[in-house]
Parts: sequence; C-alpha cells; structure tokens
Amino acid sequence: MKDQATKPRMPDEVGVPDPFPFMHPIMKKNYGNWAWHDRERPGVLHHVAKSGDEIWTVRAGTQRQMDVFTIRKLADIADEFSDGYVRFTTRSNIEFLVGDHDKVAPLIERLNEEGFPVGGTGASVSMISHTQGWLHCDIPGTDASGVVKSLMDELYKDFVEEKMPNRVRITTSCCQINCGGQGDIAVNVQYTKPPKINHDLVANVCERPAVVARCPVAAIRPAMVNGKPSLEVDEKKCVCCGACYPPCPPMQINGEESTKIAIWVGGKHSNARSKPTFHKLAVANLPNNPPHWPEVREVVRKIVDTYKKDAKHWERMGEWIERIGWTRFFELTGLAFTKHHLDTWTGARKTMNMSAHVHF
Amino acid sequence: MKDESKGKHPTPMLDELEGGKWPSFVTGLKRLRDEGTENNQKMMNDLLGQLNHSYEKKLGFWKGGTLSVLGYGGGIIPRFSEVAEQFPESKEFHTLRVMPPAGYHYTSDLLRKFADIWEEHGSGLIAFHGQSGDIMFQGCSSENAQPAFDALNELGFDLGGAGPALRTAMSCVGHARCEQSCYDEVQAHRRIINKFLDEMHRPALPYKFKFKFSGCANDCVNAIHRADFAVIGTWRDDIKIDQEKVKEHIAEVGRKYTIDTVVNMCPTRAISLHDDDTLEIDNSSCVRCMHCINVMTKALSPGDDRGASIMIGGKRALKIGDLMGIMIKPFIKLETEEDWEELEDFAETCIEFFADNALEHERIGETIDRIGLPAFLEAVGVEADPNMVNHPRTSCYVRTDDFDEEAQKWFERRARETGANAHAE
Repeated sequence: MKDQATKPRMPDEVGVPDPFPFMHPIMKKNYGNWAWHDRERPGVLHHVAKSGDEIWTVRAGTQRQMDVFTIRKLADIADEFSDGYVRFTTRSNIEFLVGDHDKVAPLIERLNEEGFPVGGTGASVSMISHTQGWLHCDIPGTDASGVVKSLMDELYKDFVEEKMPNRVRITTSCCQINCGGQGDIAVNVQYTKPPKINHDLVANVCERPAVVARCPVAAIRPAMVNGKPSLEVDEKKCVCCGACYPPCPPMQINGEESTKIAIWVGGKHSNARSKPTFHKLAVANLPNNPPHWPEVREVVRKIVDTYKKDAKHWERMGEWIERIGWTRFFELTGLAFTKHHLDTWTGARKTMNMSAHVHF
Repeated sequence: MKDESKGKHPTPMLDELEGGKWPSFVTGLKRLRDEGTENNQKMMNDLLGQLNHSYEKKLGFWKGGTLSVLGYGGGIIPRFSEVAEQFPESKEFHTLRVMPPAGYHYTSDLLRKFADIWEEHGSGLIAFHGQSGDIMFQGCSSENAQPAFDALNELGFDLGGAGPALRTAMSCVGHARCEQSCYDEVQAHRRIINKFLDEMHRPALPYKFKFKFSGCANDCVNAIHRADFAVIGTWRDDIKIDQEKVKEHIAEVGRKYTIDTVVNMCPTRAISLHDDDTLEIDNSSCVRCMHCINVMTKALSPGDDRGASIMIGGKRALKIGDLMGIMIKPFIKLETEEDWEELEDFAETCIEFFADNALEHERIGETIDRIGLPAFLEAVGVEADPNMVNHPRTSCYVRTDDFDEEAQKWFERRARETGANAHAE
C-alpha cells in the first residue's frame, strides 16, 4: 500500500493495564506493606500501613449502569475529596480513597446529597451483583437492573447500616446460567415450561448436533417437522433449564407467564469458618412481575429479617441455617418445603440426611 | 408522559423505577436521552422505548451476531434489536468489553476520558463492571465499534474476552490496600493474562477459560466458584499474634463474646484462650480460613511465609451442574522471578491441556470430572496430595496392583521435600 493514510490501524495488544498510574499515592507507596484496618462507621474503612501511613476508604453504592453525567459527577467528587482517586469493588460499589481524615465526613455528606448511599461494608447487605437482563442480554428471562433497583430500594437501610449478623451478599440472574453467581440470597430466573420451537427457523439458524449435545438430560433429538429438518424435545425428560436456547434461539424458553423467579439461600464464596458453599433452593415459582417484583421483594425481606433476628454474630446465611436446621428455616420464614427441594441431579444422594440427626 | 413534540417514547413501566432511594439507572438513561449528544439522545430514546416494551411484554428483544475489530476475533458482544422497526435508532446496541486496570483503580481523569470517548462513539452508558470483570461500554453501532476501540486502545486499554477464549480476569484490591493479602495480585493478574493474550483476542479454545486472583481465603473476587483457574493467597508458617492487641480486643468486646465469635468459630478447633486473655493457636491444625484474622484485625495476621494455592475447575450450572475449583496446588511461592515463571508455566500447561482435551463447550472442571482427577494430574504433572480431598475414596472400585510403586513414589517425594526444607533452613 502506497498510501499510509488508508493503511488500517492494527490493535496495540496492551492487555491488562498497569494499575499503578491510577492508584492513590498512599496505596502505591505502601503496596504490600499494610498492617491492620478497622471501620469507624459503616461505609468507611481505615487502613494503616506498616510505615504508619493511613488511608480512609469511603464506599458508596452506584447503579452500575452509569451514564456519562453520573460518571463525571463521581469524578468531580473524587477531585474534591480524594485527590481524584477511586476504585470499584466486585459488587459495583465505588470507593473514594481519602488520605486526609478531615475530608471523610464532608465526602459522606456530599455523596448523600448527590444520592449515593454510603455503606456496603462489614455486616451489611452490600450491592447486589447482577447481570444484564432486558437491557442488553440476548436470552434474558427478566431484567437485572430493575430487579436490583427494586431490591436495593427495599434494602437501603441494610446497606447503610452494619446491623446484620455478618455480611449479606445477594445476587440476581436473568437466566439459569446464573452469571450473577452464588449468594447468601440468589434471585434467579427459573423456567417452568419446555422450549417452544419455531420449526421453520431451526434448520437455518441452529447447528443441530451442537444443540443436541448441549442438553444436560439428552431430551433433544433431530426430527423432520413439516418436511423440514428441525429438533424435537422429549417434554417428559426436559428439565426446562434453557440450555438449548442460546445456541438455538428458535427454541424459545421464555414465556410471559412461564418464566418465573426462584430464590436460593446459603451460598458463600469465602472460606472463613466453613468451606465455600453453593446456594440452595428456598422458593420457586414467584411471578416475574416488573417493574417492582413485589413478590420477590417480600420473600427477600422476610429472609433477611429472619436471618438478622436469629443468626449469631459472624454466622453467614448458610451457616445460620446449618445450625438451626432446614425445618426451622422453613418454619421461621413461612416458606413451603416441597418435593422440588429434594435434589435429583448427579450427586443428589450426598445432599440427603443419611443420619439419625433430626431437627424438631 | 408521552412527549409527542420531541418524539419521546413513553416509558410508564420504567418511570416507576425512578422513585426509591437507591441510585436509578432509569434516571441516568433518561438524562442521556434528554441532555446527551444528539446521537446519545436518539439512541437512548429508542433504547428506553425497547426496554419499556420488554417490561410490558416480559420478554427480551436482542439477538446476537458477529462483530469484531480489525485484528481481533472477540471482545465485542453484538446486539441487534428484534424490534428495530419500532426502535430504529438503537437497532445496533453492541457492548465493548474492555479490561480495567488490575484491581479496578481509576483516576477521575481516566473516568472522564472514558466518558468523552463513549459520548462520542457510543450511547454514553458504561457499566463498572460486568460479571466478566470488564468495563462494559454499552450501546455502540456496528459502524462505530472500530473508532471506539481505536480511541480506547490509544488510551492504553484493550478488549477483554468473549466466547470460547481466555476471559478477562479479576483480582482483589490486595497488596494495594489490604494487610491480609498474601501475594502480589497485580503482578499475577497481569503476568498471566498478558502472556496468553492471543487466546483472548483470537478465540480458539473449546470454551471459556477464566482466571481469578484473590489475595487470601476470603476470596473477594469469588474465584473458587467462578474461575477455571483460581489463585488464592495463603501462608505456610504460623499466624502472627500480637498478644497485647488480643488483650485490648477482649477488654473492648468481652471474654464471652471472644469465645463465642473467635474460639468457638474456628473450623478446626485450633484456638484456645488462656486465663490471662492471651490466645494460643495450634498452627498445624489451622486451615488458613481467615475467620479469626477477620475478627481480630489488629491482633492477628497471616504469617510471613506467604504464597498461594491454585484451585482448578470452578464454574456454574451448564452443563453438568455447579462445580467449585478443586485444590490442585496447595502452596506455591510467588516472590522470585523463578516462582512467577513456574506459575506462568503451570497456567500454560493447564490451558494447553484444556485446548487439547476438552470437548466442545466443556469447561475444564467438566473435563476433570469426565476423565477423573488422577488422569488430569498426570497430564499436568502434579502429584496427588491429601490437601486435594475431603477424605480418601470410599469406593472400592479401583485397580490397585501398582499401589506399592505409587507408595514408594510418595515416600521418595516426602523424603525429597523434607530434605529440601531442612536444606533451606
């Protein structure tokens, strides 16, 4: 090519950027040399380095999906109070790094004025880690940001206080792939009907062997329908997981009424005290009811309140239930225990009580 | 309220989400519609219209497709509207997944530059961060994907992973601000991902492969559940105890409370409280769970002989059900250049194993389940270790005629390790 201007720009494969140019100088200076921390109030962490240097972190909730105006507002607040340095937590809270303790209280005041709740530390209900939903995902059964907004409005006080027995980590997911992950409470889409297949489209849109292979219960097989190559589902075997839908959109798993919400409890990432755990089914078949999902809010509220009242300090949701037993959990929360709570998947037997230990 | 004069879509369902005390994403979307650049306004008006339509119909209306930038095969999540006739301005609403600085550190200057780029090339909507660990620049037309990427790339940022590829990693705040951090997370994160960028930018693996880096067993980036390859900080020597601070803690919260929340909550009953309010820890029984250190942040801290464990095979439901990572390397040091190269080499071995042996759409945890842990260990050159199991097998269905040879290997390895440790001392 003679003309340099028309030469296409190739990417500069820089990979993961170096964070040090964006790290608060006190953190950079004391990198790997911190001594201890405490919390003077909810939403504020105080870290002390071996050098004696101190830094205060003021944590605030955000809507995660942020418009440029909100981003610029947060940048302005950072310039005024935290020398322009911030970071985000894995749960989309923003943290302002403050080297001067005198700026902590005015920063909190400003954040509150601007509508950003300060909290999410220690034994609080932190921001819900969530997925994309109707805003952007190609397979969602519900919205994520809307469910989260509704729930965090409900749990606002529990975010800005540290009055839980231990931290409460809530997640939401818009399909059963569960990108939101494990949580003390997980609010996840649960499909209730087999996919509805548009046989006119399958042959052109779906790689049929790959779709057959995707099914966890081998319920999908190739078939000729109306003279066209398509797929059929053995509806007696189908567990309505939706795994066939992403690779084959003509196998619509979502339905206005059939897409439901299930709530799961007792997932835990941390290794503190007990080993990490998966969340377990608490209740299924709640309606997918935008814009406020009141039935979901009510159950989450009840579970959070019951845990708050009954658990011992430092017990996470799953550890509390382990102590009091599932009988008492269902009794205290007023939720039903059904045959659907009995696991039937591979390894299910190891979830059964094979002892004479019984809770009354 | 429908504003016919400006052609704004009514959004009665979404309007409901502007009340309440939590920051509202709807208010943000509307501000882009009303006050953003001309392009942002048009795109956001139709985006809000489509989203409200979803709220009414209880269905999503996006479909995927194929889109990438020159030189790359992944990193962009294409979205085409299925209701583009009603909402044409947001008919293409792609997301650029961009890798953040390791540990999610930002300056206000950087945030503003992101905002400026996305105001110009995209919708003005950015998520900090997606579940993948990326900054998600949401709402880009097909035409603008290349110039948007070029602008971000010239700023020193790169696309993350999508599809069957090495994915964007996550690391906790770690060394930057946490006394519990047991290794240099930034170095681990950047070394590993930046060494294997080809696997990220040109997807050719059987399925996704994720690394996550947590500085201690509190696992703040959820690595054990969510990563194919989890690096979790730990230490080998004794927990450090400042007995004066122990006494201060007990004086402040009480002896009974300390017994209830520290002594009795130790998972291996490794802690005793003496009558003089000093603590004794049986370090050979301690499993480095972090609980007592979390409670007594001034009095207790991880030991000095720090490093990391490697756990492999975490993932969620699809296809065989949820899996957590299995302990594969109970302890590696991460201090010298050789240590780091060993980590890189082991990561490479695991990625190569995955590329060569996993079935299409199979995660490495599922491969391990399919072939059995012994076969995996043999393939990646790791010896069996009691830390890999909750307990030895309970099933007798195993052929053990080479048990003596295997036992001999164990004793030789033990002798080598004991000798090496004695030598080091």
